[in-house]
Amino acid sequence: MIYLQLFFEFFKTGLFAVGGGMATLPFLYDMAERTGWFTAAQIADMLAVSESTPGPIGVNMATYVGFVTGGVPGAVVASLGLVVPSLIVIMIVAAVLKSFRDNKYVNAAFYGLRPASTAMVASAGITVALSTFVTGSVAALGDLVTAIDWKGVALAAVLLVLTRWVKWTKKLHPIVFIALSAAVGVLLKF
Amino acid sequence: MRELWELFITFAKVGVMTFGGGYAMLPILQREVVENKGWATDEELTDYFAIGQCTPGIIAVNTATFIGQKQKGVIGGIFTTLGVVFPSIVIITLLAGVIEAFSHIVWVQHAFGGIRVCVCVLIFNAVLKLWKSAVKDAWALVIFLCVLVASLLLDLSPVVYVLFAAVAGILIKTLEVKKA
Repeated sequence: MIYLQLFFEFFKTGLFAVGGGMATLPFLYDMAERTGWFTAAQIADMLAVSESTPGPIGVNMATYVGFVTGGVPGAVVASLGLVVPSLIVIMIVAAVLKSFRDNKYVNAAFYGLRPASTAMVASAGITVALSTFVTGSVAALGDLVTAIDWKGVALAAVLLVLTRWVKWTKKLHPIVFIALSAAVGVLLKF
Repeated sequence: MRELWELFITFAKVGVMTFGGGYAMLPILQREVVENKGWATDEELTDYFAIGQCTPGIIAVNTATFIGQKQKGVIGGIFTTLGVVFPSIVIITLLAGVIEAFSHIVWVQHAFGGIRVCVCVLIFNAVLKLWKSAVKDAWALVIFLCVLVASLLLDLSPVVYVLFAAVAGILIKTLEVKKA
């Protein structure tokens, strides 16, 4: 009953991920660990594909995971699982729109939710970064220098400068940087 | 029926034209929904977007549901949501099949090796953007640090942190009001 399970897992993700597509990442890592449907390394690849193709990132990720796990029906079931909570929640919110926005408990809950959501995405980012930049095994602290993938670190530094500080490149769409990184990866054998 | 079809098609178009989701979608929605169809005003759209951001789920889907609901009630919401999701299902399913088939080729692996580095930088940038609107005072920083440390060290479901943070937010705000 993989489809039922897929639907349930993504229903949960849709119900608890607050703050858009990236907020689904911690749920995907949790899912990978518990179910073994896909690996943590695959999540990074799926995220890259989701960022470079049309459609909201969160939906793309759900479709991708669903497809890898259960083929085309899996893709459909996972995407629907993700959006059903939105449908229900928004229908309710739309009915009480005014009082929802002004409710002090709702605002207070979101005051707490936003930093938590940020922290969970940050934690997922640290996990991805560790698996990307630390490729060797680290038994002692001295191994760290040889274990770190310095080529990757150098590329990350260049990308960071391009996406944050260089005026004419920082407004470019992520797809440009993803394509650039793919080319560098092929040329320098990452 | 015609109207429902129009809701579906319009949002499928929005789905195709959105690269990256979230904020990338706003200008496209403005053109399609406000200017072309007149289904909502600019102010309403901004409201839906703000609420879509702080309610559970994908922002793009939440906004779509809102507009569909406003036009045609529950069934309208269902059609706009399906519309937004439809292109993703088709495109990703096609692509995923291709990528899985080619993933054993060495240079494809190198390409994804490079891409993975880029993904780290993109997540880092996303965190900075979230941080700006989320961590504005000391209590928010405390919540951030607690959840960060806990999710790195413990093996709990993200659901636990979401519930903890909502309760913490309500407690902090309630106590603040009492003190003032």
